[in-house]
Amino acid sequence: MLLLLGLALTAYAQPPDSTVLLNAAGATFPYPIYSKWFSDYHQAHPNVQINYQSIGSGGGIQQLKAGTVDFGASDMPLNDQLLGQFNFKIIQFPTVLGAVVPTYNIPGVSGELKFTAKALSDIYLGKVTKWNDSEIASANPGVKLPGNDIVVIHRSDGSGTTFVWTDYLSKVNPEWKSKVGSNTSVNWPVGLGGKGNEGVSGLVKQTPNSIGYVELIYAMQNHMGFGLVQNADGKFIKASLTSVTEAAAGAAAKMKSDVRISITDATGADTYPICSFTYLLIPQTISDGTKREAIKAFLDWMLTTGQGSVESLNYARLPKAVVGIEMKNLAEIK
Amino acid sequence: MSRARLIWRKSLNAVMLTLTGVAAFSVVSVLFLILGYLVYNGGKSLNWAFFTQLPKPVGETGGGMANAIVGSLKLLLLAAAMGLPVGLMAGVYLAEFGGRTFGFLVRYTTDLLNGVPSIVMGIFAYSLVVIPMRHFSTLAGGVALGIMVIPITLRSTEEFLRSVPGSLREGAMALGASKWRTIATVVLPAARAGIVTGMLLALARVAGETAPLLFTAFGNQFWSPGWNQPISSLPVMIYTYAISPYDDWHRQAWAAGLVLLGLVLVANVGTRVAVSRGGASRGA
Amino acid sequence: MSVDATAMERAPSPWTGRALLRRLAIGDEVAHLVTLIFAFTVILLTSLLVYQLFLNSAASRHAFGWHFWLSRTWDPVFEHFGAAPFIYGTLVTSAISLLIAVPLGLAAAVFLSELAPRSISDTISFLIDLLAAVPSVIFGLLGIFIVVPMMRTMIGPALKDTLGFLPLFQGPNYGVGFLTAGIVLAIMVVPYIISVSREVLLTVPRDQREAALALGATRWESTWKVVVPWARTGITGSVFLALARAVGETMAVTMVIGNDPKIATSLFAPGYTIAAVIANEFTEATGKLYLSSLIELGLVLFMITLILNGCARLLIIATERGGGHP
Repeated sequence: MLLLLGLALTAYAQPPDSTVLLNAAGATFPYPIYSKWFSDYHQAHPNVQINYQSIGSGGGIQQLKAGTVDFGASDMPLNDQLLGQFNFKIIQFPTVLGAVVPTYNIPGVSGELKFTAKALSDIYLGKVTKWNDSEIASANPGVKLPGNDIVVIHRSDGSGTTFVWTDYLSKVNPEWKSKVGSNTSVNWPVGLGGKGNEGVSGLVKQTPNSIGYVELIYAMQNHMGFGLVQNADGKFIKASLTSVTEAAAGAAAKMKSDVRISITDATGADTYPICSFTYLLIPQTISDGTKREAIKAFLDWMLTTGQGSVESLNYARLPKAVVGIEMKNLAEIK
Repeated sequence: MSRARLIWRKSLNAVMLTLTGVAAFSVVSVLFLILGYLVYNGGKSLNWAFFTQLPKPVGETGGGMANAIVGSLKLLLLAAAMGLPVGLMAGVYLAEFGGRTFGFLVRYTTDLLNGVPSIVMGIFAYSLVVIPMRHFSTLAGGVALGIMVIPITLRSTEEFLRSVPGSLREGAMALGASKWRTIATVVLPAARAGIVTGMLLALARVAGETAPLLFTAFGNQFWSPGWNQPISSLPVMIYTYAISPYDDWHRQAWAAGLVLLGLVLVANVGTRVAVSRGGASRGA
Repeated sequence: MSVDATAMERAPSPWTGRALLRRLAIGDEVAHLVTLIFAFTVILLTSLLVYQLFLNSAASRHAFGWHFWLSRTWDPVFEHFGAAPFIYGTLVTSAISLLIAVPLGLAAAVFLSELAPRSISDTISFLIDLLAAVPSVIFGLLGIFIVVPMMRTMIGPALKDTLGFLPLFQGPNYGVGFLTAGIVLAIMVVPYIISVSREVLLTVPRDQREAALALGATRWESTWKVVVPWARTGITGSVFLALARAVGETMAVTMVIGNDPKIATSLFAPGYTIAAVIANEFTEATGKLYLSSLIELGLVLFMITLILNGCARLLIIATERGGGHP
């Protein structure tokens, strides 16, 4: 009898027929801005509910492939080989640009550390094991580094942030490229695994002498120290709205109609070297009419109004040229 | 026997016996520690908002887990609707009708099913429900939990039916009742307390399961209408929030842990008290 | 004689016509059938589960064969998958949990069955059964916020100071790792050991204890040398039961083990278990081989728990039936 009552109650929980429920999953890199967007959009359009689960870029790609979500999100653009594994066509929409920063938790060190490309890759290769190693110390004269073991932290799930990080390491260190490579999930030489950007920042925050790579906003929201990275021009740059926007500007020039480019290790005096676009993966053909209109409307909103709120969370806006390309692609969704 | 040896044996006796007492009390104190931590940390963060609001976007403080609480309830409802009847009926079969070999087979597979790690159950429900439906859904989560409910319900139903004295059955049959009538109107009611306990305990056990929900119910920031959509649940929220770096999420994880544990403990304590009282009044 | 034969020829078969309808109306056959169908559902579900596991792990079973069990690589980029680090992690964490939980649990069970007055024994058993009902994610929650910092600040350094010469306790201490996972698992399985052992110990006949005491044994000697060995089989059964629980535990472990698929000698090192890797990587396994390998791991886990549960059942049944004769 209780069961019947319960089932009856849930019948009341049905939303009005005009509600559109969309399910999406993927990257944790842009999760802070996406959750803000989906919440703001829902306030503006109460009949559209976009449920986004941040399970990592790998998860977004896989679940889109399995057809269990309406669209996916990934920091790693899908190359032709990956696209070939889908049995439907996908259009990739860059949404924002973000930066991946090396965040650390070293007791006694409160200032900002400078990291060379070699230092970062050697730490993650397991070749540099102590904080006072010369590779780190030489870039940070005047900072008293302890002789403690470095606790390396990486992602345990399939991650676009991992892709960006390993893409950068592969570009700056041939040994990394041959030994480990770049992908959403790699065979890490050393380190502990945390789930999602959330898990990595959580682990770093709780583990003394640790280093991890996270999207900029995670380090900032949790008041964690993050280091400066030496860019291709030799300058040590701190990730910030400006330095990421610099990378974006350079990218727009390279992008033609194919929005899939890597902007790590970009040239430019004030460019932060570990930046990336992040993409929404939208099926080109959406048979459900209401869903299609809802997704297209959201994408349009995202490219115009939505871009206004990204900078408050330290993501960089899409360059105008890129928005132009995407608007054209938007018309392709049928 | 030398005096020294006797003293040694006596002191060993005293020491070891004390140690066993220490062991027992330390295990019990772990339980109280868990409760204490949850009440302290969770109690701080339990407020009206927790029970009524939806989660806020990442990084913003506030919000609650209203949808997760309702989600857990919906999942339990579904699990109960699917698993309890199967467990009950199969238990009736084993206790009242069962043949030797077939009965053995059923008991054996029930044990097997009971031993399946919950994560494997999640894989099963994923391939059984999520893939064909092309949807994460409350239904898939309910199926996963429902299957887990079956072995516990089955075993306790069979056990309590068997404990009903034969004289009751024979009395009914002597009055001319058919077998199924006897079962339905005499035996089942006699064993009712125990069976209901078994059911509630089974539900309490699956209420706390997280792993099978990870790839069936998935998760949802909003309310989940009907049975076809992904749905949030308390255990999954606890997991997600606990491994995050946000202090506000940690506080909410403690609060959710308190609510979940509270529900589980109330179910466990309540049913045991009810059974012991019912059993005592029933006498022989 | 001939009258009987004719009567029997003329008796209608109970399965046809009005006899059948009458039997259906009584309902016993229907009830039998209905409950039988439900009972059969259980068998059906279990077979379906095993079948699915087998079917969906075909790709990796064919690609790697038995080598899967021994290979230490878990590389999604180059698509080399091996189960060894996970089997190692599962075994090590379970072993640690048993090393802690068995002495503790057995001692507590002895106390509850031999020494405590009945009312205290019942209350404490009740409380310990409640511990068994606590959801695993809550153990994980407590693990992250209490055990991990304790390991990092108190337990780890203490072990290093005293036993640091052993390779088991060398290397950096992160707080998460094999030892932490083992401790959390120990707390989770100790109730099982206590409740089953206590029940088994209570079935040991009084005369055994009294005989020992009559011969001059102390209480402890009578317990340890006579009662416990008598219940030996059942206690071992409870250990297998606890082991089966520890092996399949997912959430609490993945929150405190460090999630690193490596085989390491130090107990402070991070590791990975079968259940934890499935939970972390299942939703994102791109590629048939990747997903198939994860499901094959699920199959491995299932087989391990099957064997353990089977042993547990046999041992416990043996005790109850045979009275625990050695």
